[in-house]
Amino acid sequence: MAHAVVADIDPIQGRTALIEGEPSFHDITEVVSAPVEWKPPLGWYIFLGASMALTSLLGVSIGWLFWEGTGIWGNNIPIAWAWPIVNFVFWVGIGHAGTLISAVLFLFRQKWRTSINRAAEAMTLFAVACALIFPGIHIGRPWLPYWMMPIPNQMGMWPQFRSPLMWDVFAVSIYGTVSLVFWYVGLIPDLATMRDRSTTKIRRLAYGFFALGWRGSFRQWLHYEKAYLMLAGLATPLVLSVHSVVSFDFAVSQLPGWHTTIFPPYFVAGAIFSGLAMVITLMVICRKVFKMEHIINLLHFDRMAKLILLTGTLVGFAYSMEFFIAWYGGNTYELFAFTNRAGGPFAWAYWTMIFCNVVTPQIFWWKKARTHMGILFVASIFINIGMWFERFVIVVTSLHADFLPSSWDYYRPTFWDFATFAGSFGLFFTLFTLFVRFLPMVAMAEVKSVLPQAHVHNRPE
Amino acid sequence: MLAEFPDPETLMHACAKVRDAGFTCWDAHTPFPVHGLDKAMGLKRSMVSAFVLILGLSGAAAGMLLQYWTSALAYPIVISGKPFFSWPAFVPIMFECGVLGGAIGAVLGMLLLGGLPRHHHALFNSEAFSRVSDDAFFISIEAQDPKYDAETTHAFLDGIGAQAIEKVMED
Repeated sequence: MAHAVVADIDPIQGRTALIEGEPSFHDITEVVSAPVEWKPPLGWYIFLGASMALTSLLGVSIGWLFWEGTGIWGNNIPIAWAWPIVNFVFWVGIGHAGTLISAVLFLFRQKWRTSINRAAEAMTLFAVACALIFPGIHIGRPWLPYWMMPIPNQMGMWPQFRSPLMWDVFAVSIYGTVSLVFWYVGLIPDLATMRDRSTTKIRRLAYGFFALGWRGSFRQWLHYEKAYLMLAGLATPLVLSVHSVVSFDFAVSQLPGWHTTIFPPYFVAGAIFSGLAMVITLMVICRKVFKMEHIINLLHFDRMAKLILLTGTLVGFAYSMEFFIAWYGGNTYELFAFTNRAGGPFAWAYWTMIFCNVVTPQIFWWKKARTHMGILFVASIFINIGMWFERFVIVVTSLHADFLPSSWDYYRPTFWDFATFAGSFGLFFTLFTLFVRFLPMVAMAEVKSVLPQAHVHNRPE
Repeated sequence: MLAEFPDPETLMHACAKVRDAGFTCWDAHTPFPVHGLDKAMGLKRSMVSAFVLILGLSGAAAGMLLQYWTSALAYPIVISGKPFFSWPAFVPIMFECGVLGGAIGAVLGMLLLGGLPRHHHALFNSEAFSRVSDDAFFISIEAQDPKYDAETTHAFLDGIGAQAIEKVMED
């Protein structure tokens, strides 16, 4: 399998074929529609059941939280943000790869994106859904989240728009909305395919309703492609802005360890890094389970791994730059925050992060590692863990020892912290499991358009 | 009248001929966007971008106005010594609202200009047409086209490489 990356050469363009085995247009439809149309294997039910069990753990955790209050968590003063914000930033970060793959790579004309963009976008949506839970339940008075919305109320009050936390509300919710729109627009032609292939009335009605009467007319395609290009052009600055705004939550505050100008680019690189790792984790499994090894092939993993190497190295550079500036800036508090980070009571978390995020991706300098499923899978898990620890390090180590030594404290998570976080994974996997069963997980129309036989070389005048 | 073509290349050459023959009420149907077909069909560029521009700018303006009105007029409070209309702090939300407006514009533009959503179309009465979203390439010429004539149009489509031709009725 390892040499298959260079085996198929597109005879006309002379470049590596994106899809292996020279399938016809119809073959693509069949392979991609199969998981949606077949009776799912037993493993699917088991996985869905396990995910739903975890999701109910999330429900129980939130229920207990609403009943008892935030005291069930390990949050304390000074570490008031703790896991809920760590988890929020973790999930939002994962939600960045989908739009990166769909929008940024689209603008750069990277055609290999077609095999993975649908699943990556779905992953984005589900990750953003998980992320939005955490600030919602972290506010402590769960009956008041409407204070974050600019809606007229009996108090005559309005949100305080100079606060980065308000920017965050807008950035993340608009990011979620635009990602949903982008994903849905991409789905329309494939929903039409599912409608045209449907054998039962219910399927026909359901897919037909969401396909909006799409009939592949070129006059429709013309506007469709333009709209898609426009959405990609809008989503690209959006995806870069969202994690920048998330980083403002920290960078605009006065706390040493948070108050740095490097945060926006550093957070964006980290977000893409973690999101790509999650895409690899999911795709290694999906391509195997749904027999799509020729559509999502080694070439795609090779390129994703290269992007991981790039963003991982950027993140590593940011880590070292933070230290350099802490020393070079000559601010005692800043310097203490960083020596305490690497050598203080949370040093174990810091070095876990360094190992996972800086050392692990270096294996992708080797092509063998970039195209070996086992190595890819393990490395992607390490990176997911490392990126969670990055947020933990930023949030907790900066807060636990602030200006007043008498209020320093150590942080220990409780059972409910673990339960809520595990539960959010349950929600994520439940949504993803349902997605692969009911919607085509590869963008069929787009994959067809990158097959060699889709290109017209001898054009009429 | 619906004519099926074997591949994108034949379709594109056929489209150029239909265009040159002067038909107006006709269309090409493909499972994926075939690049270059807009020229072969003589279509103008899509105006979706105008929707995006107008709604995007409106969104950005609405975002800024909302913040100006709430912070300076409806509920003026001094926050960290800044003026009531401290516009640099309002730029991120203005930008986000602009993107939201632009995205809504792109989708609205695509739906309105593409005639969607649509409950039914006569072409769905054709058995063969269900493969349009799989691997089939079609040209449809409508009977209301002034140049349409059942026999000559049939012969014309046959002459430009159609592999199957059928008449599709409006129920």
